[in-house]
Amino acid sequence: MFPKPSPARVLSRPLPETRWRPGLTAQPFHSEIFAPAGEASGAGLALALARDALAAAGKGQGEDGRHVLWVQDCKAIRQGGRPCLGGLPPDWRHRLIHVVAATPEDALFAIEEGVRCRDLACVIGEIAGNPRALSFTASRRLSLAAERHGVALWLVRLDAEPDLSSARMRWRVRAAPSPPPRWNAAAPGTATWHAELFRARAHAPGEWMLCDDKTALAIRRDPEEERAATPDPVRLARPTVGRSLAARVRA
Amino acid sequence: MLLADARALCPDLAAIPGDPAGDLALLEKLALWSQRWGPWSAMDPPDGLLVDITGVAHLFGGEEALLKDVAGAFAARGLMARAALAPTAGSAWALSHFGAHYGQPGAILDAGDDPLRLLCDLPVAALRLDADILTVLRRLGIKRLGALAGVTGAGEEDASREAAARDALRRRFRNHRSPTANPLLRLDQLLGRVPEPLLPVVARPMPMVQRRLADPLRHRALLDRVVADLASAMMRALEARGEGARRLELALWRVDGEVLMRRIELAAATREAGHITRLFAGRLDDVEAGFGIETVQLRASWSEPLALSQADLDAAAEHHGTALAACIDRLTVRLGPKAVTRLVARASHLPERAQAWQPPLDPAPPSQGALAFHARPLKLLERPEPIAVLYASPDGLPQRFRWRGSVREVVRAAGPERIAPEWWRERSTTRLRDYYRIEDATGARYWIYRLGIAGDGRGGVPDWFLQGLYA
Repeated sequence: MFPKPSPARVLSRPLPETRWRPGLTAQPFHSEIFAPAGEASGAGLALALARDALAAAGKGQGEDGRHVLWVQDCKAIRQGGRPCLGGLPPDWRHRLIHVVAATPEDALFAIEEGVRCRDLACVIGEIAGNPRALSFTASRRLSLAAERHGVALWLVRLDAEPDLSSARMRWRVRAAPSPPPRWNAAAPGTATWHAELFRARAHAPGEWMLCDDKTALAIRRDPEEERAATPDPVRLARPTVGRSLAARVRA
Repeated sequence: MLLADARALCPDLAAIPGDPAGDLALLEKLALWSQRWGPWSAMDPPDGLLVDITGVAHLFGGEEALLKDVAGAFAARGLMARAALAPTAGSAWALSHFGAHYGQPGAILDAGDDPLRLLCDLPVAALRLDADILTVLRRLGIKRLGALAGVTGAGEEDASREAAARDALRRRFRNHRSPTANPLLRLDQLLGRVPEPLLPVVARPMPMVQRRLADPLRHRALLDRVVADLASAMMRALEARGEGARRLELALWRVDGEVLMRRIELAAATREAGHITRLFAGRLDDVEAGFGIETVQLRASWSEPLALSQADLDAAAEHHGTALAACIDRLTVRLGPKAVTRLVARASHLPERAQAWQPPLDPAPPSQGALAFHARPLKLLERPEPIAVLYASPDGLPQRFRWRGSVREVVRAAGPERIAPEWWRERSTTRLRDYYRIEDATGARYWIYRLGIAGDGRGGVPDWFLQGLYA
């Protein structure tokens, strides 16, 4: 199968970081995200993590034109809805292939076929509850297929108990209050989640406040610190009494 | 006359609905069938066929014998036909349509004859002209071909009168480019002075392979073997034509005469035998063999050009998995064609109508760019779910509402974004929608709307709905 890495390469490889952070290159191929069904935090975090991993893996390789497979079973669609074109990241809108599976068995079949496909960038699965079909054996099957073919899988589990699974990273996520936008503090801000990594092979468990401002996934900083770091053109917005705005800029 | 009027006059009238498309299909089949008399044929809709019999007549024993053969063959199929034979397509058409008084049913114009002298008695409609041009000619008093061409047919040659008639025609119809509107061009085509290109009908038999089995099959393993054989034979047949199949039909003839059909459609043109076999294997589980299957046939009813390409060397393919088209085929065969789709934008403001689902590898239709200041949710619910407003703020926005059995407190809100109903598509009583982005106390972000406003005269107190979930 894969060629055995030479000892030199093994020795020079950096040790895996114990603490997870966005932008790591060596991402596992099979992750699970447990999320409540009444909000889109699971799918949102899966999308953000997938984009983060693809951006880290494909740095300097030009634009990625491969398709993305999004598999949903009927129960997940009924509870959480279907993807909306306008809400997807702009560079994913024309690349998304959506699969509706009537049963969890069909959804697992579709996910496995997607993971075996060499032309896909990644696969996002959404399965509601703890169906009997999604046993440890099935998840192990998905892990092996994903690792063998090198296609990453993010499996969102809506309203599910974290039972036995062979996923390499397992997250628990829920929506968190968003930072107030600068110009309308009464409006909802960028997507923010409270994510808990409760099982991972290479990383220590931990909790993060993650936010995704449509460009990159980031750990949310302290609101005070963020306010200090944001460039503030308040000098221009001050009421101009006596002198014109242009004169103030020139001064 | 209306059909009702005609029936009132003649109650025994038999009325049959017209079927122009079916007639055209029949004509196309007849054109192919009529290639028995010549190497190529062309259709002349709505009711004509042109066959090129250059150098062929002696095979039927001469031209008279050929026409007799034509008349007999059509009569045997219950079709009425008037055949004529001439050096040019135009003169053959004129003879067959208007030559009844000129001679017997099978009129023949020899290559040595002067067509203008012999056909000068035919009406000008024999030139295949449009109706309005015929009206113009009739008003000019020109009824016969001879009058049009300036010849009398009586034998006296008058080159100057012929030239004057040509000149007059050219001047009158110099702005008419189309042959059906230009009598001079049609006349020259009839006389063979200018070429008349015709579009031949070419038969393209669909790739088909079949196996007649010595012993009827009753077991699945044998059937799989036969299907694999057929798939590889189909692969060779398609490869020879440089094509790939988009739709494949497998027909199984049972001993008792029943025919079972299995059809698969492919996302992209392919001719991989292994892939085809695998797709059919999923569809053969419910085949009832009965007393056995005696004939298996595989045909590609839709195929597209597919160039030859380098096959995968060594074992790289095994590591790389399947191609995208193959993956979509497998999903489609198991989950159904509607299950695998792709999101495309549609021209509409209503969120649920602004997106459509289409087959994944079809090209996306052109669409307008989305407005950047529209913050749309990541997911849309299948249909908007009503929410019960428990307490509303003075401006009408809910402060506390119940959705799916739990009460949520609205902490932040942005809006409204007003989306008016599409009056060109919906009833006039459809109410507008005011959309709000809200965030509840736990941080969950929703897209809710109020259907209508109070006092718009289209219903009572407006209801609230939850339609989308933000990431």
